[in-house]
Amino acid sequence: MDWNILSWLIWLPVVGMVAIALIPREKPEIIKIIAAVATGLQLWVVIMLWIQFDRGAVGFQFQEKLAWIPSFNIHYFLGVDGLSLPMALLTALLSFLGIFVSWKIDKAVKGYFALFLLLDTGMMGVFLSLDFFLFYVFWEVMLLPMYFLIGIWGGPQREYAAIKFFLYTLAGSVLMLVAMLALYFSCGRTFDMTQMIVLAPEALKGVTWWGLDTLKVIWIFLFITFAIKVPIFPFHTWLPLAHVEAPTAVSVILAGVLLKMGTYGLLRISYPMLPDGAVWFAGALAILALINIIWGALCALAQTDLKKLVAYSSINHMGYVLLGMAAVVAAGAQHGTNMTAAQAGMNGAVLQMFNHGTITAMLFILVGVVYDRAHHRDIDGFGGLGVKMPIYSGVVALAFFAGLGLPGLSGFIGEAMCFIGAFPVYKLIVIIATLGILLNASYFLWAYQRIFLGGLNEKYADIPEINGRELFTLVPLAVLVVLLGVYPAPVLNVMKVTMNYIIEIVQTSSLLAPH
Amino acid sequence: MDVRILYGSLFLILPLLAFVIQIFVGNRLPRKGDWVSIGAVLLTLCIAIAMFAVMLVYDDPHFKVDKSIEWFNLGSWTVEIGMLIDNITIVMLLVVAVVSGLVHIYSVGYMAGDPRYSRYFGYLSLFTFSMNGIVLSNNLFSIYMFWELVGLSSYLLIGFWFEKDSAADAGKKAFLVNRIGDIGMFIGILLFFTGTGSFLFTDLFEGVANGALSGSLLTIAGICIFLGAVGKSAQFPLHVWLPDAMEGPTPVSALIHAATMVAAGVYLIVRLFPIFTVDALTVIAYVGGFTALFSAIIAVTQNDIKRVLAYSTVSQLGYMVLAVGTGAYVAGLFHLVTHAAFKAGLFFCSGSVIHAMHHAYHKLNDHESDPQDLRNMGGFKDKMKITYTTMLIATLAISGVPFMSGFLSKDAILAGTLAFAQHHPEHSLLPVFGFGAAILTAFYMFRLIFMTFHGKPARREILDHIHESPSVMTTPLVILATLSIFIFYTLPFANPFSDHGWYMHLVEPVNSVVAGNPTAHEIEEGIHHAHLPAMIISLIVAGLGIFLAFLVYLRKRISAEKMAQRMGIMYKFSFNKFFMDEIYQKYLVNPSIIFSKAVGFLDWDLYDKYIINGFAWVTKRLSRIIGIKYDYDILDQKIVDGVGRSTHFFGAGLRLIQTGKLQNYLLWVLGGIIIIFIIQVM
Repeated sequence: MDWNILSWLIWLPVVGMVAIALIPREKPEIIKIIAAVATGLQLWVVIMLWIQFDRGAVGFQFQEKLAWIPSFNIHYFLGVDGLSLPMALLTALLSFLGIFVSWKIDKAVKGYFALFLLLDTGMMGVFLSLDFFLFYVFWEVMLLPMYFLIGIWGGPQREYAAIKFFLYTLAGSVLMLVAMLALYFSCGRTFDMTQMIVLAPEALKGVTWWGLDTLKVIWIFLFITFAIKVPIFPFHTWLPLAHVEAPTAVSVILAGVLLKMGTYGLLRISYPMLPDGAVWFAGALAILALINIIWGALCALAQTDLKKLVAYSSINHMGYVLLGMAAVVAAGAQHGTNMTAAQAGMNGAVLQMFNHGTITAMLFILVGVVYDRAHHRDIDGFGGLGVKMPIYSGVVALAFFAGLGLPGLSGFIGEAMCFIGAFPVYKLIVIIATLGILLNASYFLWAYQRIFLGGLNEKYADIPEINGRELFTLVPLAVLVVLLGVYPAPVLNVMKVTMNYIIEIVQTSSLLAPH
Repeated sequence: MDVRILYGSLFLILPLLAFVIQIFVGNRLPRKGDWVSIGAVLLTLCIAIAMFAVMLVYDDPHFKVDKSIEWFNLGSWTVEIGMLIDNITIVMLLVVAVVSGLVHIYSVGYMAGDPRYSRYFGYLSLFTFSMNGIVLSNNLFSIYMFWELVGLSSYLLIGFWFEKDSAADAGKKAFLVNRIGDIGMFIGILLFFTGTGSFLFTDLFEGVANGALSGSLLTIAGICIFLGAVGKSAQFPLHVWLPDAMEGPTPVSALIHAATMVAAGVYLIVRLFPIFTVDALTVIAYVGGFTALFSAIIAVTQNDIKRVLAYSTVSQLGYMVLAVGTGAYVAGLFHLVTHAAFKAGLFFCSGSVIHAMHHAYHKLNDHESDPQDLRNMGGFKDKMKITYTTMLIATLAISGVPFMSGFLSKDAILAGTLAFAQHHPEHSLLPVFGFGAAILTAFYMFRLIFMTFHGKPARREILDHIHESPSVMTTPLVILATLSIFIFYTLPFANPFSDHGWYMHLVEPVNSVVAGNPTAHEIEEGIHHAHLPAMIISLIVAGLGIFLAFLVYLRKRISAEKMAQRMGIMYKFSFNKFFMDEIYQKYLVNPSIIFSKAVGFLDWDLYDKYIINGFAWVTKRLSRIIGIKYDYDILDQKIVDGVGRSTHFFGAGLRLIQTGKLQNYLLWVLGGIIIIFIIQVM
């Protein structure tokens, strides 16, 4: 590609950030417009990329490679494939909408939007990096703006939430650093992911550290890093707090994009570089998935804070993704080379990642809408709003039903594919996990009833209906939720070649050979 | 494209379009857009009638169109969805279109002036769309999708008057109870898919025939699928949602919770009949038979007119399920069709009565009395002639009186049950369920008629204000009552005692694909032989039931109160619906909520607060010890500052040589050079 489309994608927000830095703080409108233009252009570029992406090709497209720190063989190396493209689209879309969600921010506007754009760059960089070191740098870059966005613009417990989020993630980063360096030296001093995928499985064969399989140690280190991001039980407690305290747009980004980095990292780095690890850990992953599903759902059912309910629902929903990912072992000869199941699970996992991104973004935006009006989020403190806010209650119904996996909306299909994929290998786990479907419906419908149905709470007799700006941020997501629910092929077609390639890599694992 | 597939898709497109229009612009259209939904459903009715006519002309029992398209493919896995149109589909489409069309028209009167009028019609269209989707699906995947969508429309319509807490509760309950069944169905689908690698019915049948699933696995898979039907068709023990669903507007009760949606479960097991093992079918038969009797017992003591009908619906659905379980699934489907007409009719009639009661109480300024309570009614027969006549006809039909449609279909089911018991004497309980429910059905239905239309009301004054409903409501009554007469189901023949006619001719039983199951022919033979005894017994029990109701509620020869006292505990159980709701609340719902609270507490107030924050606390403590005690007191104060102090000391000494005089510096440089020179030389 002549015009370095991926670099544009990553750095456009930084251009916007620099421009914002030059605008005097007395002109908040201009700052917001610049932020909107920068993210809008980014969205346009990613759509161009989506159109031009070759769906049939294996491997990375639109690659860019420049030497960065030659002495350590570190490159500025970018590329996109079927796994990263949906995530890039999600990032650009939610960042763009996030600007409009943040429109009412009036505290230190300049700083807020500058940091928001920096966050955008960090996220995009993570998804497009093909150099592990670069990946790590972007991973860390993301942390900084997130820390300040929660810590300055958040709710009453913002500082506590910010430091908790920061430390939790940093603990993971340290482990990733160790794992990365171990892989770097094992693979003959390269950070090139495309190389590492080829070299690492061979290089780590039979290597031990202090009597432990190096491969397993590295896998566990990476897993904990990514598990914190997903988050996987028991590394999840930063999430409810951070989501609740963060300003609405940041919650949207957190739940919509950041959580996906955990599963993205597993699929981009752990699975292909450590296929034996993936197979070795698959059973544990399925069990953790089950715990996420049930634990998250039960916690969500117990909440009285609407935002916390949505936050726990993310833990529940990411559980389906993990379940789908565990299904990769179905492709092994041991399990009858069940390619159908493996493909259903792995593609379902990524589809669910994308769909959860849009659905949870809707949910957080919707929580923000009612919070802006009522100044609280206590589920039991509303009642009967359906009469006063018919449009709002309709959109919430759409988002809730998508969240509880109603067929015809996008939440269903990914979930179903994850179940279908995992079932042949993990029958009992899947059967117990289907209880999650019931719990899902319970917490969403119960919350819906308490907020919108029944007699009107007189306190909200003249609560204003959702406004045009808020609807503007919700409509694109709602359209995606409906369209992909009815016809998921557009996203599946982009990802399937890549996902099937990852399945093939894992399939080569010696652990999957017939007994 | 096959033109029949095109017609089939219109059954989906038209109502869906109407739904979208109603939701987005319905309120701004003239008449709030009711004509959009009505137009859509009437168009589908026209197509259904045309297809039905063509079916009669074709006269081909084996007619079948089955087309699939690719929905998505992942390389090794291609998911196809598509449409299946055969005679069963056409009959079902017609049933849905007729009832739905009449409900739409009836609703114009019933829902007039409702603030959410256009949304109501939108929801009706959504329901029609999803129901047609179930009927047209040729695979388990899309049937499951539409299955949940009818659940959604049911949720929306039960809770339509959501300002009432009871309505909101009922909607939620319906959705969640159905989801329990749906989870079973989903697991069943997973089992079948894992075994056969496809969702398509045809592949499923082929796979089972080739032994892809067999034995107990096939039985379990079948029972799992049946769980979906248990939820949707309100079979014991998941029946609890249906009586509560009566919180919805009465036309909705007629359409969704009596005639069509609740019958979807029966339709599902009829469609999949070939893959059920004998064991699975036995389970189905017992669940159906037990439900039929159990809910008939409850219906006898209920006083809310709609609740009586609701339990009656549960009971009749039990009949249909029983029929499928005993192999007489053609009879089960037949009863589905006839039941749709007379039960929708009964609900319309009850709606008409409730409408009149509302009006009367409104006139009397009485906001206390319950307009749905049978004990407040009585003597309406002269005031509401059309409602009375039509309700009587429908009641005769459901009671199984000759010349009525219900007589034919119920008789077919009872014959099937009897034949089954003759072959398997160990299952003799099944016909007992069947005939027991039949006698109770006749009894409670005539109790309802006598209490509503005969005798005297609790407040005499209301009779002055009771009047017949408008024609937009009575016309559908007349149509449905007419459709309760036998002749429509036996043409071209007119023998009121034989179900022989177009239906039995065009809907042919197919053979099970499970090895060892009886063939369709064997089942047919058995039913044929049991036909006459079944008919005689069912005539006797129907007569007995009606006579008993006559004695108790019309002649008052037997006091209902005394009978209740004599029944004692049995009466208490029946009146309280066997305490099922209370049991679920106490042992399932409440513990779940308490459990979730416990998990939430464990997660947040124990795990996060003490363990996770414990790490931070320990780290902070450690850092204080290291940072202040060692780092500052020893490392900083002693070692680092020690280095500083010594530097300071030496610096103070060395300072003396820094004089600022160039000569002195040159001298030092020279001295240095000399020292280096000496070292070099050495």
